Amino acid sequence: MRRIVPIGPYHPLQEEPEFFKLIVEGEKVVDLEINIGYNHRGHEFISPTLTWDQVPFLVERICGICSDSHPYAYVLAVEECAHITPPPRAQYIRTIIGELERIHSHYLWLGLAGHFIGYNTVWMWVWRYREPLLDLFELIMGNRNHYAINKIGGARRDILKEDYPKIEKYFDLLEKKNAMFTNAILDDPVIRARLEGVGVLPKEDAIAYAVLGPTARGSGYAIDVRKDDPYDAYDKVDWNMVVFEEGDVLAKAKVRLLECFESIKIVRQCLKDMPDGPIETRVDEIPPGEGIGRHEAPRGEVFHYVRSDGSNMPVRHKVRAPSFMNLASNVVAAKGYSIADAALVLAAIDPCYCCTERTVVYESGKKKYTGPDLLKLSWEKTEKIRRRYRK
Amino acid sequence: MKKEYSKEILDEISKKFPEVSIKIYAPRRIYIRISREKVFDFAEFLFKEKDFRLSIATGIDTRDGMEILYHFSHDESGTYYTIKTLIPKDDLKIKSLATFLPAANWIEREIHELLGVDFVGHPNLKPLLTAETWPADLHPLRRDYADEHKDIKISKKPQETL
Repeated sequence: MRRIVPIGPYHPLQEEPEFFKLIVEGEKVVDLEINIGYNHRGHEFISPTLTWDQVPFLVERICGICSDSHPYAYVLAVEECAHITPPPRAQYIRTIIGELERIHSHYLWLGLAGHFIGYNTVWMWVWRYREPLLDLFELIMGNRNHYAINKIGGARRDILKEDYPKIEKYFDLLEKKNAMFTNAILDDPVIRARLEGVGVLPKEDAIAYAVLGPTARGSGYAIDVRKDDPYDAYDKVDWNMVVFEEGDVLAKAKVRLLECFESIKIVRQCLKDMPDGPIETRVDEIPPGEGIGRHEAPRGEVFHYVRSDGSNMPVRHKVRAPSFMNLASNVVAAKGYSIADAALVLAAIDPCYCCTERTVVYESGKKKYTGPDLLKLSWEKTEKIRRRYRK
Repeated sequence: MKKEYSKEILDEISKKFPEVSIKIYAPRRIYIRISREKVFDFAEFLFKEKDFRLSIATGIDTRDGMEILYHFSHDESGTYYTIKTLIPKDDLKIKSLATFLPAANWIEREIHELLGVDFVGHPNLKPLLTAETWPADLHPLRRDYADEHKDIKISKKPQETL
């Protein structure tokens, strides 16, 4: 018998607006309908009413977690349109902030995923070491979030020489702790049993749905803007792309964990190689033309397209966040798994709805579940697996 | 280390679709103008034979008509190939790509509701982002949205300067 289980319009894990209509047979999810748009704020409408240098302020507020990604892609697009090359020091600063943001975003997801499968230790641990990173942001840019570092033709703030040792000291700690998480999470048989083979997104579907970022790299689809189309300092540093073939939730978690090591590598090299000099160039006017800006955000490629007619405002500004592409792939990834897995699978792409919904689950008027109930379902499943391993 | 766009692909494109006009804006940004009738075949060629990825599509309301841009990414060379097509405002119709490319499904729904372009053959052309109560014939990203809704202050300003 088919029943409809609505999840949303608030995601129980991410606490963000979206609506999933799970069509279930017993415990098994057989189909999925996704409804978004609860957070549509009309940025593409507002942007052409602002001047070029006002837009970074607007696009920074598209998302709170990846608040560096959108202005970064936007300034890259405008710089391409106007043929501006920012000074080398500004390029390195922007690269460093982009990578720091990746670590903080991956840790946020990892903590939430830990909480969601009933491993609150993982949650506490990971967020314990995410906190000093936010302090680092405050040290460099004055804000724990909404860094406001990007501007057309350079960076708005310099990383001071006296702050280098503080950053390096944190990275020494982070490298050890990240190794600890990786070993602890990957060696735990219960976590492995809970995540392995769950929510598999095959490579063909990853390509057809054009998924991005860790979702794509977890399915063996090796795309990364930082390697394919290097911008700023990414072609001057040495690092590896992390790709896993399995396509399940565990593969996505592994990609994120190992990517943190690569980010640490990139930031260390950037700090070492960063040249002295100015951090911005003078920008007078934006000539008519068009530009595409791509930045590899924590969730995948952020895409911005701008068109200029030579005036002080963009004619058109298109924003495409990675979650817009990744979310649609859930139709494939969640099918065939139980309700206890569904909410985890739906969260495995690390969706970000600001960029692109509390849970009331009920079975045709009979029974009502809420967000905590879904959490309980998920924890019960982990507990079952745990008991099996104790025997 | 920086890779450049591949000349072979461009040669093949101009051989197979001789009527296209190709403009290279930056080393890895290529803009291709093509007629509305050829978009479907061209996109199918890029996706199925050349392993391109559909990054996103955009619509722009211009004076000459509605311009639809399909941004295809060739990840091997890191190049963006943007297909541009112009459709007249009195006949806003174009063949949907969602029939063979699931990635085009959502973006065509978005363009449909924001700009009123009809994607022929789309499996599920429902509004994606706007509220359920939003009128179906009201397209907020169109230039004439301001005329229909004079009470909206934000759209008055560019009307006066024109």
